[in-house]
Amino acid sequence: MKYLCLVYLDENRLPELPDEECVEFDAGVRKSGHCLASEALQSVQTATTVRIRNDKLSVTDGPFAETKEQLAGFYMIEARDLNEAIQIAAKIPPARVGSIEVRPIRPIRETVAAKSRQQQQQQQ
Amino acid sequence: MTLSRQTDIGAAIDAVYRTESRRVFATLIRLLGDFDVAEEALHEAFRAALEQWPQSGVPDNPRAWLVSAGRFKAIDGLRRDARFDALDEDAVENIADDRKLPDDEEIEDDRLRLVFTCCHPALPADAQVALTLREVCGLTTEEIASAFLTGAPTLAQRIVRAKTKIREAKIPYAVPAPDELAARLGSVLRVIYLVFNEGYSASSGASLTRTDLSGEAIRLARLVVALLPEPEAMGLLALMLLHESRRAARTDECGDLVLLDEQDRRAWNRELIAEGVALVERALPLRRPGAYTIQAAISAVHAEAGDAASTDWAEIVGLYDLLFALEPSPVIDLNRAVAVAMRDGPAAGLVLVDAILARGELADYRLAHAARADLCRRLGKIDDAREAYARTLALTRQEPERRFIERRLAELKK
Repeated sequence: MKYLCLVYLDENRLPELPDEECVEFDAGVRKSGHCLASEALQSVQTATTVRIRNDKLSVTDGPFAETKEQLAGFYMIEARDLNEAIQIAAKIPPARVGSIEVRPIRPIRETVAAKSRQQQQQQQ
Repeated sequence: MTLSRQTDIGAAIDAVYRTESRRVFATLIRLLGDFDVAEEALHEAFRAALEQWPQSGVPDNPRAWLVSAGRFKAIDGLRRDARFDALDEDAVENIADDRKLPDDEEIEDDRLRLVFTCCHPALPADAQVALTLREVCGLTTEEIASAFLTGAPTLAQRIVRAKTKIREAKIPYAVPAPDELAARLGSVLRVIYLVFNEGYSASSGASLTRTDLSGEAIRLARLVVALLPEPEAMGLLALMLLHESRRAARTDECGDLVLLDEQDRRAWNRELIAEGVALVERALPLRRPGAYTIQAAISAVHAEAGDAASTDWAEIVGLYDLLFALEPSPVIDLNRAVAVAMRDGPAAGLVLVDAILARGELADYRLAHAARADLCRRLGKIDDAREAYARTLALTRQEPERRFIERRLAELKK
């Protein structure tokens, strides 16, 4: 089961977390086999929001919504169940100053593939 | 077959339903991996029992029979659906694996798994309560809705959302590992105490259904204690039993609240008290006592005293010291001050209450002013008492309490 751990924190508190500690945790969780992908993000000031409205491209500065805590990075993890995912998320260093949102992955490709197989079977 | 034998079988199935249906359900959830599939399978299993038992008689182990029948019916249904969905074929084969049929011990463990899943902290608090009453206690959605004074559709939606989250976020059907147990048990006990208080604090209106809630909470706590004899679980069960023992004495014939020291102690339920006290005595020495156990111990000291005067107030002050060390809240500090007043006299209590009020956190807490008023009254400080009663009255929302304070104020004017 895949979960995306979204790391949120107040960017002003970023200096409280040494990069070295985060990289060390990252290396460990990758080695354990639980981490499928992970990245840290540049500051929310560098964000650009893209929309299509009435077939027209609209590009604006900034994140989708202003919030007290900002998205600072993510870990895509593989865990047996939510309990294991929570255990892993609890060890992500920014959990101490910010918060980690744990979201199960929706198997969208598998669902669509199964649906089209089912339609083919019914046609036969 | 004679009519009376048929009635006997009907009564036997009813009895099996009452004692076994929640156990069978809990096991079916584990075997089938889904709440809704398990509920359907449970109904199918009892339908099969109604058809077959009148001929074959009640099986030796009805529990195992029902689990097996429910699982069989569910596999049948899933196979039918799986023909259209290749994804589920493995799942069905996995469920159909015969080696997975459980023994009695596993079935009891399944009940505990169900409790921990329904009380998982990743579910919203109100959903934990609703789900526990529905799935563990077997209450209907309508019964829960009327007990909590909410609409049935709202409650049904809450339950559906919670089940969806269990399925899609994959909240496991498991008793937590030892290192998580303390925190997770806390969440289970909180749900149980919430259910109890919902039934205990309401003394009018829909009082009948609400009394049932207290009964359900006690039943749940008994289940947890039987399956997982952790000291704090025993402490909570003891606390609820001791509260429950005073139910008949808590209100007078007009439905007004009667304070502890004015209650008719002959109306206390001695059986519940004996059970509660025995549990406290079991829980206290096991580990550093938790908040429920200490509160139960305080309640037990009151329960064993003939009246307020002969209560062991020194013991109660000591227990409040322990509780305050664990949860340093001003309300616990206030309760301790009242106990000190009973042990050392009102003057000693008033010094403490004034110090607590001076810290400001309880400036708008009516019971702090009520305590000050009572101590001043007993010390003969009539003006101070009157002023404190007036503060209390201004902060009081409940009608019976208002009547009580107005009575005290009138006495002071004489």
